[in-house]
Amino acid sequence: MAFWIELIIAALIVIGALFLFVGSLALARLPDTMRRLHGPTKATTLGIGAMLIASMLFFLAAKGNPSVAEILISLFLFLTAPVSAHFVSKAHMLRSSAVRAQLSPTGRAVDWATFEAEPKEAGPGGAKEAGSINEPERA
Amino acid sequence: MMERILPHPILSAVLALVWVLLINDFSVGSIVMGVLVGLVVAKLTSIYWPERPRLHDPLVALEFLVVVIWDIVVSNVIVAYLVLFRRGDTLQSRFVTVPLELTSPEAITVLAGTITLTPGTVSADLSADKRALLVHCLETADPEGTVERIKQRYERRLKRIFE
Repeated sequence: MAFWIELIIAALIVIGALFLFVGSLALARLPDTMRRLHGPTKATTLGIGAMLIASMLFFLAAKGNPSVAEILISLFLFLTAPVSAHFVSKAHMLRSSAVRAQLSPTGRAVDWATFEAEPKEAGPGGAKEAGSINEPERA
Repeated sequence: MMERILPHPILSAVLALVWVLLINDFSVGSIVMGVLVGLVVAKLTSIYWPERPRLHDPLVALEFLVVVIWDIVVSNVIVAYLVLFRRGDTLQSRFVTVPLELTSPEAITVLAGTITLTPGTVSADLSADKRALLVHCLETADPEGTVERIKQRYERRLKRIFE
């Protein structure tokens, strides 16, 4: 394996490890749940991405045949990270009245989906009567 | 006839590709198996997914992918900087509302996922009538600018791709 390929692989592994570390550090350092969510959803995607590129390069250079499972790993990561972040934040909004007070208004006649069911006849211009009656009280 | 055998051609193709990648072997056997899986799964799940989402502009989709990957790299550097060099409680975090022009569920899903993966924003909720997204910003001095950037950079392209 040529020296410069080893160098690139090593650099990618170090970069990946750095971003993974920062992502985990964000969980410990940031003060509240919503801010903490930013760490694992972003820093780790690039961290894992760099590691996987390094892995693909290594197998291409050392064994001669490219390993493509890494593409799938990053694909699944990109699919699952936003979904889990979305659910953590929804659960957090239900549990914490402090965060509920910080939410910005929807700008619509209805509330956020976590607090209110979908209006019966949704659609552009619909949802006229819904929301006004059982709008959850917010500070 | 074509509709009945192949309700979701793109889904079938993606499933076949994912299968071959999972096997990690480009032999005829695994490709045939992948195509079979793609056809059977798409057929079996088609009753849960009656509409066929269309990709109108594959070139814009490619452009969107490049923009998003670039933004993921940038956002990682920004978030890493904020985490390492700023005290968490001095970050100006807040929720903003992004009014949606998109209507198809697939497009909104992609937009929400993109928002979560890109600079300093996590999508937290959707309004009950599916016309606005709740987004949490890690650090923003200019909420309107953030919303405008999301709409300009991602929503405009997604609208051309899906609608």
